Amino acid sequence: MSDPKIEGLALKPGFKGMAEDTSSDQTMFKGVHWGKAMMWIFLLSDTFIFSCFLISYMKGRGSTPVEWPNPSEVFALDAFGVPVPLLLIAIMTFVLITSSGTMALAVKYGYEKNRKMCGWLVLATAIGGLTFVGMQAFEWSKLIHEGVRPWENPFGAAQFGSFFFMITGFHGTHVSIGVIFLFIYAYKVFAGHYDSGKRGWFTSMKGDYVEIEILGLYWHFVDLVWVFIFAFFYLW
Amino acid sequence: MSEDYNDNKTIQAQSSEAISGGGSVSPDLDYVRPAEIPDQDLYHGHSFLTKWVFCQDAKVIGVQYFLLATFTGIIGLILSWLMRLQLGFPGAAGFMTAEHYYQFVTMHGMIMVVYFLTALFLGGFGNFLIPLMVGARDMVFPYLNMVSFWSFFVAVAVLLASFFVPGGPTGAGWTLYPPQTILEGTPGSGWGILLMCISLILFVAGFTMGGLNYLITVLQARTRGMTLMRMPLTVWGIFTATVLAMLAFPALLVGALMMTLDKVLQTSFFMPTILKAGEVLEYGGGSPILFQHLFWFFGHPEVYIVALPAFGIVSDLISVHARKNIFGYRMMVWAIVGIGALSFFVWAHHMYVSGMNPWFGFFFATTTLIIAVPTAMKVYNWILTLWRGNIRMNVVMLWCLGFIITFVNGGITGIFLGNVSVDVPLSDTYFVIAHFHMVMGIAPLMVIMGAVYHWFPLVSGRFLDEKLGKWHFWLTFLGAYSIYFPMHYLGFIGVPRRYFEMYDSPYMTSAVGMNEFISTAAFIVGAAQFILIYNIIKTLKTGKPAGHNPWKANSLEWLTPKVPPEHGNWGERLPVVHRWPYDFSVPGAKEDFIPQTTPPSEVAHTEAEKT
Repeated sequence: MSDPKIEGLALKPGFKGMAEDTSSDQTMFKGVHWGKAMMWIFLLSDTFIFSCFLISYMKGRGSTPVEWPNPSEVFALDAFGVPVPLLLIAIMTFVLITSSGTMALAVKYGYEKNRKMCGWLVLATAIGGLTFVGMQAFEWSKLIHEGVRPWENPFGAAQFGSFFFMITGFHGTHVSIGVIFLFIYAYKVFAGHYDSGKRGWFTSMKGDYVEIEILGLYWHFVDLVWVFIFAFFYLW
Repeated sequence: MSEDYNDNKTIQAQSSEAISGGGSVSPDLDYVRPAEIPDQDLYHGHSFLTKWVFCQDAKVIGVQYFLLATFTGIIGLILSWLMRLQLGFPGAAGFMTAEHYYQFVTMHGMIMVVYFLTALFLGGFGNFLIPLMVGARDMVFPYLNMVSFWSFFVAVAVLLASFFVPGGPTGAGWTLYPPQTILEGTPGSGWGILLMCISLILFVAGFTMGGLNYLITVLQARTRGMTLMRMPLTVWGIFTATVLAMLAFPALLVGALMMTLDKVLQTSFFMPTILKAGEVLEYGGGSPILFQHLFWFFGHPEVYIVALPAFGIVSDLISVHARKNIFGYRMMVWAIVGIGALSFFVWAHHMYVSGMNPWFGFFFATTTLIIAVPTAMKVYNWILTLWRGNIRMNVVMLWCLGFIITFVNGGITGIFLGNVSVDVPLSDTYFVIAHFHMVMGIAPLMVIMGAVYHWFPLVSGRFLDEKLGKWHFWLTFLGAYSIYFPMHYLGFIGVPRRYFEMYDSPYMTSAVGMNEFISTAAFIVGAAQFILIYNIIKTLKTGKPAGHNPWKANSLEWLTPKVPPEHGNWGERLPVVHRWPYDFSVPGAKEDFIPQTTPPSEVAHTEAEKT
């Protein structure tokens, strides 16, 4: 499936092959499912959204006259009485990256039409994502408990809270949407909709395992964005 | 009115039938690669609700977009009437206060740019034309497409709801610059701005769903033989504009979201420390300039999101109605792509007076002036397409010629404003109003009108009335010039824009007559637009039937088995494309046009281009 076998269509490597595909008729990306191409372009657009957020964050951090709080103190967690910087974030990041791994395996088993394995791995990814959202909720409530608000915080510049809640909130929304779809897709895999080609609830389009890969693209993107948020917000 | 075009005066070569009827041509000439993708699986609506309301057919969605955008545009038009009434005849409208005036300015701007022009070109023409022109059965994600329209519907509803909330709509100007946007004293700083931000966010979400459809349909769902370089320029224009929109709207989304938080949660993304009546407000430490950057990173590509589809459509209209191939097709394509790419590097020319570093101004002036190169190339090519063409002087062509003139006019004043040292004294004067209304108001509107007269026979199966059309054109064209040409002069004498009244300023005496004249012209031009609405209503039932391909065009949208096309567009079999859509007046051909589906063996002895 990921290996296009269309009659008269042999993908040529390199720049020449790309030029030939571009100048040909019908499709530009040979053998690429419409939904998959759509997800890539959506993610490009979404990249611009997150870039705008992160650039605004840099600008905001640069222009506020009040001192920026030290993230390794703010985000520290007491473990056995010792404050460990970034402990929770490290665990969260680990969980999310791991869920990317299970997602990748789910795609592989999906294309092999291994319904059971695929279903369990999608479910594992969903649970990983849910754990991440749960831990983020814990982190938010801890900070709110300590007095951090979108409009003020006791550690320094008010923009710290503003950007923190906005950016992690926007990312968390992405993760939550992903989790919802992962649960739905896990159900669809177990129910065999992708084997039988059962039509979707809303779109009335035939089910296919390629949908797992499309969701996988989204999921890996959400993870990748987290790496950037992690670097810019927690490590800087 | 089609009898004007039935004469075969363009064909100069004799006995072409004898030549092309030879039949000694090898069949390999007509070879087209087999289909790569299976036929599209379509959901056919059964009830009224699924056929006409929540419809998944791109053509119906296109018409829905068109009607809703036009409705919103008429509201924008009425607002402009009210503004002109105040400017030309101060106090004539008794209810008009300064607050109302600012609100009307704001809503007029936002409605016309985003909810009218963008929605009309991409949602309206894009949905209707892309699948037909590339030979697809429908957009690739019909369900998503339907949701896109209804998101737009909700966005418009939220926007218009702001007229009825306490405080009314926002009056901050369409650029919504903080900090004044959300501070007390600006009209609509409460509910108004909030609903505006929510409406914009909904619009962006809805547009993204539509935009993904347009892009993937062009990239992955063309018919056999349809290469990118055989697409009509209309598709190129809409496609490139959609790419711009997908990359520019994120900045608007982020800006609107942060503004909402500043308003609702008292964050200070854009709000510096502010003293109000001797009292320090809660805000502090934010950057108002950041919003300007976000806004114009969206706002400048937005100009080209409106202009590029207009460029594409007008190229096709000129080519069809001048019976000549478009001059420099490839150059036209690369100019569209080049303008699109450059448009991301010029945004700060809207911010010369914001206090940024002068070296930035130098950079952005340079990039801005570079855009004039591909744009001028396009203008030359339109003129060279007309040159020695067999021009049909019908209403469509009139609108196209009107477009070229207004666009060149607005483009030249753009060169004035692109230079920092000329812009600084002219900024915030009527010169700016004249410039952008010429270049992105009137010029694209001319194309929309031309496109309506051109494609109405396809949508409805009937022609629009030509005589009413000519009245509509001349009133609009001359009237629009009467409005905007004097405004250049008002700008030069320094009349500031966005002023409710001139009070006792020197402009009070020197500009009053001109303002009266402009306002009168504005009332006439606005009223003239209702001629079109009357024309459409009249000809929907009683207009002359158009039949197949009434303009003798080459592109695929005219080659459907049924007119107007049905759901699925092509009947049993998809069309197969053998050539570009611009084979007009080919020497040696039987008729003065060769449709895209004509195989080479049929026209082997003509001088048709190898495309």
